[in-house]
Amino acid sequence: MESLTIELNGAAYQLGAGATLHDLIASLELVGKRVAVAVNREVVPAPRWGKRALCVADRVEIVVAIGGG
Amino acid sequence: MKPNDTPDDSLRAAPQADEGFTIAGRSYASRLLVGTGKYRDFDETRAAVDESGTGIVTVTIRRVNIGQHANEPSLLDAVPPDRFTILPNTGGCYTAADAVYTLQLARELLDGHPLCKLEVLGDDRTLFPNMPETLKAAEALVKDGFDVMVYCSDDPIQARILEDLGCVAVMPLASLIGSGMGILNPWNLSLIIEQAKVPVIVDAGVGTASDAAIAMELGCDGVLMNTAIAGARDPIRMARAMRFAVEAGRDAYLAGRIPRRFAAAPSSPMAGRIV
Repeated sequence: MESLTIELNGAAYQLGAGATLHDLIASLELVGKRVAVAVNREVVPAPRWGKRALCVADRVEIVVAIGGG
Repeated sequence: MKPNDTPDDSLRAAPQADEGFTIAGRSYASRLLVGTGKYRDFDETRAAVDESGTGIVTVTIRRVNIGQHANEPSLLDAVPPDRFTILPNTGGCYTAADAVYTLQLARELLDGHPLCKLEVLGDDRTLFPNMPETLKAAEALVKDGFDVMVYCSDDPIQARILEDLGCVAVMPLASLIGSGMGILNPWNLSLIIEQAKVPVIVDAGVGTASDAAIAMELGCDGVLMNTAIAGARDPIRMARAMRFAVEAGRDAYLAGRIPRRFAAAPSSPMAGRIV
């Protein structure tokens, strides 16, 4: 299977060609979790994950809330 | 008072409870705001939050650890958004662009809720706010519909500019973040409090309960702290101490302290002395 390399949270990450953002989040078992996602510094709301196909060198950010002041 | 005198009930009645304060249209009974960093675990975090009596809890936004077990507990399970107002911060941001981006992610994470704590830091050693970047970010965030509570220098001019930009609260530091040095410039804080039309929250530098009381005695609307509680030997007890200190300080402010005087003034009457 062809693969594509994106940047996920600052590190290179391999995906199957044609993967959507939803595929990525699902493979990480993060669907339904309290996370927020951005591609190339633009927030992508959860309902749109399935429509967002990932391309080579896309920079994906997945964030959570942690303890802080 | 003679035995048959009726006591004046108005003097006996407990003073009215503090009215609390309002931020972005929502009222809070507690004037203490607490952070969630540096605790041993989420159980300790929640216990301290509960003991503090706070209604507003800060969190920070970070990249998820890829490959980490997806079912591990999350902070927002321990401190649920339906019980507490979650205040996402921009801790660790050094530019306006990074702060704005972080809060856009936070808003998505928190189902669109617009309240946020903006902090744009200047350097690692002081964590002092970078005010030019802070102003830039504040302007962009207000334009984007955020309710911005903003960490700022204890400079009345900067505070006024932030208020004019539309920030919903100004949060000058009492001393450096995490330093525990207490209220280093009460006079500047007083100048800010005296002019502000939005709530003034003293943010950063509180070390112990008396610092929180002093901040409240100055007339500020609230105090935000994290390390002073989380870093104490017994965080839960310190959370309670801070709750009482903030209440005591507010009461003292409302009661009106006596003026300072150079010479003594006896508490007992001079007349009728046995001399």
